[in-house]
This record gives sequence, structure tokens and C-alpha cells, in this order.
Amino acid sequence: MINMKDIMETITMIQDEHLDIRTITMGISLIDCCDSDIDKSCQKVYDKIYRLTKDLVKTGEDIEKKYGIPIVNKRISVTPISILAGVSGGDPVKYAKTLDRVAKDVGVNFIGGYSALVHKGFSAGDRELIESIPRALAETDFVCSSVNVGSTKAGINMDAVKLMGEVVKETAELTKDRQCIGAAKLVVFCNAPEDNPFMAGAFHGVGEPDCVLNVGVSGPGVVRSALSKMPKDASLNEVADLIKKTAFKITRMGQLVGAEASARLGVPFGIIDLSLAPTPAVGDSVAYILEEIGLEQCGTHGTTAALAILNDAVKKGGVMASSNVGGLSGAFIPVSEDAGMIEAAKAGTLTIEKLEAMTAVCSVGLDMIVLPGETPAETIAAIIADEAAIGMVNSKTTAVRVIPAIGYKQGEILDFGGLLGSGPIMAVNNKSSAVMINRGGKIPAPMQSLKN
Amino acid sequence: MRAVITVLGKDMVGILAKASTACAESNANVVEVTQSVLEEYFAMIMLVDIDKLNCSLEEMKNRIEAAVPEMKVHVMHEDIFNSMHRI
Repeated sequence: MINMKDIMETITMIQDEHLDIRTITMGISLIDCCDSDIDKSCQKVYDKIYRLTKDLVKTGEDIEKKYGIPIVNKRISVTPISILAGVSGGDPVKYAKTLDRVAKDVGVNFIGGYSALVHKGFSAGDRELIESIPRALAETDFVCSSVNVGSTKAGINMDAVKLMGEVVKETAELTKDRQCIGAAKLVVFCNAPEDNPFMAGAFHGVGEPDCVLNVGVSGPGVVRSALSKMPKDASLNEVADLIKKTAFKITRMGQLVGAEASARLGVPFGIIDLSLAPTPAVGDSVAYILEEIGLEQCGTHGTTAALAILNDAVKKGGVMASSNVGGLSGAFIPVSEDAGMIEAAKAGTLTIEKLEAMTAVCSVGLDMIVLPGETPAETIAAIIADEAAIGMVNSKTTAVRVIPAIGYKQGEILDFGGLLGSGPIMAVNNKSSAVMINRGGKIPAPMQSLKN
Repeated sequence: MRAVITVLGKDMVGILAKASTACAESNANVVEVTQSVLEEYFAMIMLVDIDKLNCSLEEMKNRIEAAVPEMKVHVMHEDIFNSMHRI
């Protein structure tokens, strides 16, 4: 019989430590929906997504019941819409509204892929789509948008960075009566992964199969709880080892659920993404893990090193548990969604500069950071450029999801409610970066040898 | 296929009897039971065969919960424990 200790461990993980399958995300290629008539194209998009995902939510719920594990979100990611917009022309917002309508009809809570990949330059449809993002996010509820502005092989498209600084600001402006929520659904990437199941950055890459099921598993609470039972004088080797073992168990659960869901839906299983994604719930925090490793508060000296241990150990445990590990796989550090990060930011221990350093070793980037509303678009673009540079040089994914809190001042709190949490408005450097940003052009791709 | 049922809560008379009656009503054969009582707390783990279940797994859970309303009941498929704790 299965060991009683193992059974109790699993149940405690789910019940008390918030272990869950964070998302099952169906990736759908829309390449075959392209049409030179935008209305026909939208209809094909609706029909294809509806046909493939009509059972997604129900299947998720059935698996939840069978295994007794919560599957928090059921989501959809699609081919970057800029490709369809390039073929059809017309107002890309029509696609956003179509995606929103199908998401509501099948009952998923987010649909990602209102995206463009412009790391080397703009092609047909890209600029139109990017310029339409503020309206698209203001006029829909469930659509998420992302733009890839750089990569290690191509360098950084600084014209796109400048444009994105303006787009982020305008998106927040257009939704200022709803806590600037639009900006929380917009991610600017460098080295964007094509199979990431986590929102708001999910899209279905052009190298992916026609339809695929990706699973995102989370469980910062489980890791924190395991570490809290460890003696304070245990060495960091032991800490890394414990994180690895815990990550292994969590990933195995995701593998089981992913395989089952893909069999039931008749769709190939893509990847499992084990990412420690915090939620505002007490205990479900990445900052608390770092504090459990031995920091008085997240953001102090040593935070980057602690995060490096965590991120690497999570990947190692995940890779051992499943041969289909992909996506972002690591630790997320979204400020507004993490109780420990919110506290640290309020206390002034955690600053944007420290967060930027942390993103050099964690899986994503500057995430869910609330900026003062009067921050100039050039400064936002410069923040994006800094972050993209870290990703480009270190051959890793980095991203920026910042929310300029229109009408709020530094020190105030912007409260989104729900999974997005609430964030204190963080200080930005008020010296201008405008001249550099307005130069435009490209940052050349970095050397891949002579690494020092 | 087998499922693991756990029943946790304050000890009282008849927990095992009520839970196993609910299993019998669902046509789930009890394969193994372990239970421990720590001071006033009661923890029971039952391994049941669910191949010939006459209802859904969720319905069985509802029946057990109705039989022992004071207790915390979990019903989970055996696969989850095997995949998490075995290589």
C-alpha cells in the first residue's frame, strides 16, 4: 500500500499549502484561418477555437474531481494575431473582440496571443497590431497581449521598445477608471518562449503543432513549507536539494494531469511548465521562500543569490520529473501578486533596481510593478530596454509588465483585486532617458564567445 | 483502479462504520484500511477498488461526506500518489 506519510504529505500540500495546477492552456494555431477579408478571418478564428476548446473547461473540471487537485485556470493561447492582421488588413481590434467573445462562450478566463514578434523589425500587420493594443485591451475583458522586442540572436529592436513605452502608457490611460487594468494584460518580452502556458505572456508560436495542450504547475507554498521544517543551520546544498525534491513531486503531478487532459481532449501533450507563481493568498509567496532561506526581508542583500538557488533547483527537479519541461519553468516575481513582495516594497526594502538584478537570475522579469502615473513613456521604454538587455546578453527570457497608475502618486496603493492583487506605487528614477530612446534603431546582437 | 479516501477530524463513535457503509452503497470494495487516533484526533486512510463503482468518484465523496459531516474527507485517485512519490 502507498505509504501513509506520502498520502498525508500530498493532502497537506493541496489543502494547506496551495498546491495546484495553475493552468491548462490549449495552444491553437490560427495559420489556417488567415483570409484576405477580415470578417471571414474572424469567423474562421471563432469557429476553430470554439471547435477545439468547447470541452476544455469541462475536461479540466472532471480531472479536478478525479484526482482531487484544483485546476485553477483553463486558458487558450493562439498564433500571434499580427500574422492574421498582416494578411487581412483592417482594424486588428476586430480580432481582439472575436477572441474575447470565444473566450466567454467556452468559459475560459484568459486568451493570449494578441501578439507580435518584432525583435528584428516590423512586417505587415505588426505595427498596426501594436498600435491597436491599448484599444484592444480596453475594449475586451479576457484578451492578453504580448510583444517580443528582442532576442539573443537578433538584438533589440529599439524602435519597437520606444513604441511599447507609449503603448503601455496609453493602455493604462484608456483603462484608468478600472485601476489601469489594461497594462496588467500586456507583456513586453525579450527571447519570448513559444510554448509558455502562463498569462499574460502566452501565445502559440509558429513552430508549434496545430493544437497542443500545455500545463502550468505552481506551488510556492509547498516549497516554503518544506524549507520551514528544515533546521536553520542546514547548508545551502541541503536547501537546494530539498527544493529540487519538492519541485520533482509537484512536476510529477502536473505531468499526470497533463497527460490525462491531453488524452481526454485528443490533443497532443506539449510541455509542462513548473513555475513558482505566487498568488496574493497568505503563504503562497515566492518572497517568503527567499525569507525562509535566510533573509530578514525580500529585497535585502543576498536576495539575488537566494533567488538563483531557488530558480535553478526548481528547474533541476522539474527536468528530472518530466521529459517535456518547457515554457518558463522557474520562479516568478510579480510584485502585486505576492504578499511578501508587497510588504517588502511597502517597507522600502524592495526597489525596482533590486528587482531588475533579481530578473537576471529568475525565470521572467519585472512583473506586475506599479509605477507612478506621471512616469514618461520614454522612461517606461528605458525600463523595457534595460530588461531586454539583461535577457539578450544572458540568453534568457525576460519580460516587462508594468502598470503606470494614472492619477496615483508614489506611496499610494493600486488594488486590482483577485489574482492580480494590489501593488504599492514604486519609485522610478526621475532623470530622463529620452535622448537614448528617441535615437531608435537597433541594439546589435551580442557576442556568444569571449564570455566574461 | 483504486482510490484513496482519507477521513480526518475529531474522534467519535462509528466513523469507520459510516464511511465504509457509504463505500458499500457506491459499490466500492475496501481493500485496505489504516487508522490512527492521536489524542482526540482521528485519521483514517482507506484504499478502495473503484472499478465497479455505481456512481462517479465525486458522488461517492459526497456520500461519505454526508455520512460523516463533522469530518474532513478527501477522495483522490491512486495514480496521484504513485506519480508523486515513486520514480
